[in-house]
Amino acid sequence: MTRSHRQEGPDRLYVITSGRSGGADDSLDAVTLVVAESEPVPGMQSEHARILRLCRNPTAVVEVSAHLRLPVAIVRILLTDLLDTGRITARHPRPAPSPAHPLASPDVLEKVLVALHDL
Amino acid sequence: MHSTTSESPAPEPPSGTGPPDPPSSAARPGPAPGGAYSPLPATVQQALKIAVVGGFGAGKTTLVRSVSEIRPLSTEETMTRAGDGIDDTDGVEAKHSTTVAFDFGRITLDATSVLYVFGAPGQERFWFLWDRLFSGALGAVVLVDTRRLRDSWYAIDRLEAQGTPFVVAHNDFGDTDHTLEQVRAALDLDPAVPLVRCDARVRASAKQVLIALVRHVRSLVTGGSR
Repeated sequence: MTRSHRQEGPDRLYVITSGRSGGADDSLDAVTLVVAESEPVPGMQSEHARILRLCRNPTAVVEVSAHLRLPVAIVRILLTDLLDTGRITARHPRPAPSPAHPLASPDVLEKVLVALHDL
Repeated sequence: MHSTTSESPAPEPPSGTGPPDPPSSAARPGPAPGGAYSPLPATVQQALKIAVVGGFGAGKTTLVRSVSEIRPLSTEETMTRAGDGIDDTDGVEAKHSTTVAFDFGRITLDATSVLYVFGAPGQERFWFLWDRLFSGALGAVVLVDTRRLRDSWYAIDRLEAQGTPFVVAHNDFGDTDHTLEQVRAALDLDPAVPLVRCDARVRASAKQVLIALVRHVRSLVTGGSR
């Protein structure tokens, strides 16, 4: 079995996003942590409801994508819907690394080293 | 309705790089919310990422699995390219977007932070996706297989051009014919870039690769003292 999303067919993805292919919040990084701020309500689009259940604890955008088996680009659109309506909040990666300064801070690096040593 | 297909334009083996055993906890009827997947503590505020890039079969998925605290997950990134929206009159699906599969794992660092480790095919045609997915990454590991060294060349060039810190790891499939010096020469690798040997199947070895990367980044941060 292959669980490639592409087998789902473009029509399904088209329906899920109501035909949108853009408009996603650009600040949603692959590892932005999403946290649900409310429970699903009746009548809600099923993907939105699944996201709210999945994100009761912080969950990265790519994890949402993997668990819903939808491409990251589609998930970004769905998450933007929920952000716009205040049903989720986003914890973005620290903005420090930028194209000009792609390096993390020393305290963060120490933390990572300690955790890796303990792995 | 236009047809935006999600199919890789180059259906050769590396595309879609199916992880060897995807049907995992995530594969069955959707997520068991808060159940089948292991949630992060509610206190986690910040996520970091490291990218592991390499050619097909270089061992990216294996390395991710070795260090991850969860069974690696797999998903896809899609990007629509110029030319999208052209009407397709004969009903044949037009290939207007590119989809690339990637795997990732997770390491909880402490109560407030988590590290995601991504495995991604490093060939040239995929980088327009990685540029976005990996921007802001702590750094990258280029995993090389001496049987397919050329698969690594582009990734190395690209990371150098981006200024993304990286290390190169030679995944040793019992290949003791090549010394690290030979690998370094074959890759024409900058002397400042660490090169390590690893066995991606072994956690202790795989984690040393990540440690080598973070130490390298730290040396860059603290003024380039090596």
